[in-house]
Amino acid sequence: MREFKIGKPTRAAYGETLAEIGEKNKDIVVLDADLSKSTHTYIFAQKFPERFFNFGIAEANMVGAAAGLARCGKIPFCSSFACFMVNKAYEQIRISVAGSGLNVKFVASHGGISVGEDGFTQQSVEDIALMCTFPDFTVVAPADEVYTRWLIKEIAEREGPFYVRTQRPKAPIIYENKNRFEWGKYIKLETGEDVAIFSYGLTVSECLKAHNLLKEKGIKASVYDAPFIKPIDKETILDIAKKIGKIVIVEEHLKDGGLGSRITSFLSEHYPIPVKIIAIENTYAESGKPEELFDKYGLSYRKIYESVINFIKTNTL
Amino acid sequence: MEIAIKEILTEKALNIRKKIIKMLAKAGSGHPGGSLSMVEILVTLYFGEILKYREEDPLWEERDRLILSKGHGVPALYAIWSEIGWIPEHMLWTLRKLNSPLQGHPDRRKLPLLEISSGSLGQGLSVGIGMALAGKMDKRDYRVYVIMGDGEMDEGQVWEGAMFANFHKLNNLTVIVDYNKFQLDGPIREILDFSPLDEKWRSFGWEVFEVDGHSFEELKEVLGRVKDNNFEKPQCIIAHTTKGKGISFMENNNSFHGKAPTKEQAIEALKELGEESPEI
Repeated sequence: MREFKIGKPTRAAYGETLAEIGEKNKDIVVLDADLSKSTHTYIFAQKFPERFFNFGIAEANMVGAAAGLARCGKIPFCSSFACFMVNKAYEQIRISVAGSGLNVKFVASHGGISVGEDGFTQQSVEDIALMCTFPDFTVVAPADEVYTRWLIKEIAEREGPFYVRTQRPKAPIIYENKNRFEWGKYIKLETGEDVAIFSYGLTVSECLKAHNLLKEKGIKASVYDAPFIKPIDKETILDIAKKIGKIVIVEEHLKDGGLGSRITSFLSEHYPIPVKIIAIENTYAESGKPEELFDKYGLSYRKIYESVINFIKTNTL
Repeated sequence: MEIAIKEILTEKALNIRKKIIKMLAKAGSGHPGGSLSMVEILVTLYFGEILKYREEDPLWEERDRLILSKGHGVPALYAIWSEIGWIPEHMLWTLRKLNSPLQGHPDRRKLPLLEISSGSLGQGLSVGIGMALAGKMDKRDYRVYVIMGDGEMDEGQVWEGAMFANFHKLNNLTVIVDYNKFQLDGPIREILDFSPLDEKWRSFGWEVFEVDGHSFEELKEVLGRVKDNNFEKPQCIIAHTTKGKGISFMENNNSFHGKAPTKEQAIEALKELGEESPEI
């Protein structure tokens, strides 16, 4: 099977990049809620203690304070586990940040079920859906450390609220450092005309492995990294829908309100074609190794391969 | 207090109350009780030489920040701002109407003069903490005032903030509690009695003061001390007030928590406030 060089977790790339850009941009302040060792904001904290604030286990207060700092011209980066920052402080994000039109960057770690052994309480499977509900928010989920470094530098420079989902495990390297990324665009990783697969985060490498299995069966699949969940890359999606006509979306998230539902709602209005969403359905996950969980919940490359085969069978005249 | 200043403040408070009644009657909905209970607090802050601001530049960087955490009382703030000239008087009569910048609860996206949107209770203190932190970092000498309702004390986020502000010695932060003894569902002592409130804030490490929230002398004295003295800790002023203050049939009448006066009631209220032939 296709091998990837294993890189750093995206959360680590976030922490390192933050400490790097904090050097030049003195307006950057960083807030955490007693998880800085996990979110990797501790690196910034060590380097710039006067611009780091630990709120203790009090996410609502942290988010409100981020809004106040932003109102005074600071660029707050707010971090915790995805399920704690998003779910616990959802209403504070709604009123004090989104409803106040403020420039706060939310970067959460531990998105998805790849959190693993800690179990469902720490595994966020709804963060993307919730964060996409906020007007004017941009929601992005990087696949590897290279993309994460680029992304964090970009959002620090761009005005407006962001949500970035990073993850716990070490992430397979998808990109060489020489890659040039384009804001808001999906990135073609494999070309094939039978079906197109879109994914983000850690499942991108699973899709690439599935691509190889499919190829052995004579099925040519395009694979796209789709880090932008809001807004989606409409141009690429429409183009692929017209050229290939079958789309599969794979995501480490509930089926409700994720990338799949955003793409299908767009396509149903503009260019209806068969779409298969491979995601977690109407349940929370559980304790286990990340690769075991991926397999049990349909996100391993083998399960993706099987789902794609079935999808193509069902949708071939 | 000098008689001249007291007269000015008294007249301002009267004007503000008249405007609140007219705004709410024209809007046909809103929160008279909690707007009227904090009139003296706002008048003292804005016209009693407490708040630092520039009439000609409302978003002056060195301004003191005022956060209305009890967002439902915002008609009082709109009325104050119309007295300063930050919003034209005719705009007051668009309160709660479609396309108006004067939303039912403060919306900074519609009215950028506001420091923050509010209306979901319990959030203002945390925002004030962020502003106080920014003030310290940038070595600016503005103060941050957060006006909270008493019902807000139920919210856990308030105590997260109280703990944090003390630990970080945010002495540039002042909370004013409009303690009018009622929340939406009834008297506080029946819904969720949090007394003794002063001991709660004190045990969280704050300087605590208690005043009559309708007495200009007491408000000006305590706010002046807070402004001039360099306390080591954040300060909480518990202002004992009367819900619906100033209108006989609204005082301590919780049915006016979230119900506007009818046209007839408004005319009666305006007569009480000294208008001879009021019109709505």
